[in-house]
Amino acid sequence: MDELELGPVWLSLKLASATVVALLVIATPLAWWLAFTRARWRTVVEAVAALPLVLPPTVLGFYLLILLAPNGPIGRWWVELTDSTLTFSFTGLVVASIVYSFPFAVQPLQAAFERIGRAPLEAAATLGASPLEAFFRVASPMALRGYVSAIVLVFAHTLGEFGVVLMVGGSIPGETRVVSIAIFEYVETLEYGQAHALSAGLLVFSFLVLLAVYVINRRMPFGAGYAVG
Amino acid sequence: MAELALDVRLERGSFALVVRETIALDGITALFGPSGSGKTTLLRIISGLETGAAGDVTFDGERWQRQGFRVPPHKRRVGYVFQDGRLFPHLTVAKNLVFGIGRRAERERPGIRFDDVVAALDLGPLLPRRPASLSGGEQQRVAIGRALLANPRLLLMDEPMSSLDVRRKAEILPYIERLPDAFGLPVLYVTHSVDEVARLASSVVLLRDGRVVGRGPVAEILERIDLWQIIGRLDAGTLVEAVVDETKEGMASLALGAQRLRVPLPGTPVGARLRLRIHARDVAIATERPHAISIRNVLEAEILAIDFDGPVHVELLLDVDGRHLRSRITREAFDELDLAVGQRVYALIKSVAFEDRGLGDG
Repeated sequence: MDELELGPVWLSLKLASATVVALLVIATPLAWWLAFTRARWRTVVEAVAALPLVLPPTVLGFYLLILLAPNGPIGRWWVELTDSTLTFSFTGLVVASIVYSFPFAVQPLQAAFERIGRAPLEAAATLGASPLEAFFRVASPMALRGYVSAIVLVFAHTLGEFGVVLMVGGSIPGETRVVSIAIFEYVETLEYGQAHALSAGLLVFSFLVLLAVYVINRRMPFGAGYAVG
Repeated sequence: MAELALDVRLERGSFALVVRETIALDGITALFGPSGSGKTTLLRIISGLETGAAGDVTFDGERWQRQGFRVPPHKRRVGYVFQDGRLFPHLTVAKNLVFGIGRRAERERPGIRFDDVVAALDLGPLLPRRPASLSGGEQQRVAIGRALLANPRLLLMDEPMSSLDVRRKAEILPYIERLPDAFGLPVLYVTHSVDEVARLASSVVLLRDGRVVGRGPVAEILERIDLWQIIGRLDAGTLVEAVVDETKEGMASLALGAQRLRVPLPGTPVGARLRLRIHARDVAIATERPHAISIRNVLEAEILAIDFDGPVHVELLLDVDGRHLRSRITREAFDELDLAVGQRVYALIKSVAFEDRGLGDG
């Protein structure tokens, strides 16, 4: 048996971290809008944002492949801009992961913002806080649980992603060969020892992360709910 | 004295608020009316939180709203004490209090000092605690302190005591009472409680079904004979200010024109100025001076106005040496006594409620 390769592990962690950071930036304003808008087409946007939950990864991967390919609408633009392709590259994987894990960021944040409601934001405004300041000093700390949930779910979901990665990224060592792909290939080539090591590692890691989340949630000094009266 | 000029309209379903009113803000002004009369909505329009209203809002010569233009709430420097406190649950009391400090410190007016607010509202022991561990009354005191420390030019209070029980109300009333004098800040106070109006306000704006139906000094508004239609009949009464001119064995004697009102009031010094509220339902009428009666206060009065309240009750407005009282009697008694405007009668006062606000030595 060959010595265990850690390359895919680091790549998976890198991909999951990049996806988390990108999604927090992207999902926060959208979740905020969904939580507070009275626009009628809000439900349409909600449904679109939830699509990755129900679509088979292959369907998602197929469309992403078409969009991101060098002759696709997004891929072509990317080639012109950077002289590199999105498909079968780490950047392409990040883009695919953002789409794939989108609902796992939007939904906990939206729920957290809805629980907070307008009341504390109005209070902040009457104390002189601009909307942006009210977000950073009141809404985001009050939505802490929502953020912890979003971070963990996106991170874990990205680590476990397989179908989309395979279709968009393939299996290029150091570029797109993440843990789940590596495990699949070890199994295909009957290298069960390697598959065991990576699988067990992923299992233990996922368990520890979830355990930490539950412990943190328990010890949170205040509920996400807003105390009235 | 700051002036608040309102010319605003808001429609929401079947409810319409139309207010064109210039309010001179001095001390505590009560915005008073039954539930659903638009009090809170008007307060939200003034603060800028209500974005659906059309029209003009001008405070102290500064335009806060006009057609197509609205100063956002965070730039108005309006303090707002909400019904439900709305403290920030993730911050300690101390951090809640200083939330609005700093940003506004640079502005012109000398700030309200942290130590003064903590002392005035007795917040010292609460500072390290979290809002969730405070009682309702404590939360409201913190909310008031927090609003003050943002150094507002106008303080809006929206039924700040509605979620509190009687004991907590009694605990927080004195703090609210002192605000205008202690911090030189005009207060607009929304309530549907006559007790709170009588106790706190110097003037009243009366609101009903989204319209202003009366305004004036508190005593004048509270003796209006049609007030029961607006606020419900049981609470109606008149407010009388009187000076204690003699005390004996726990009974105080108050001068009411040339007549005396005797009330049990142990420990009140001669010369104290008191605010009394006499409910209409506690005033009975006799056409002759009654003898052998337990009621201590029988005052000579003249009937100024008669108002029929449904088929069963009659409300009378009485003049007692220039002071006004109201009496609520049955239609049956009214007919039997054959009462008429201008008639001299005796007002029998069963009980007197004290708004225990010392109005200074008169």
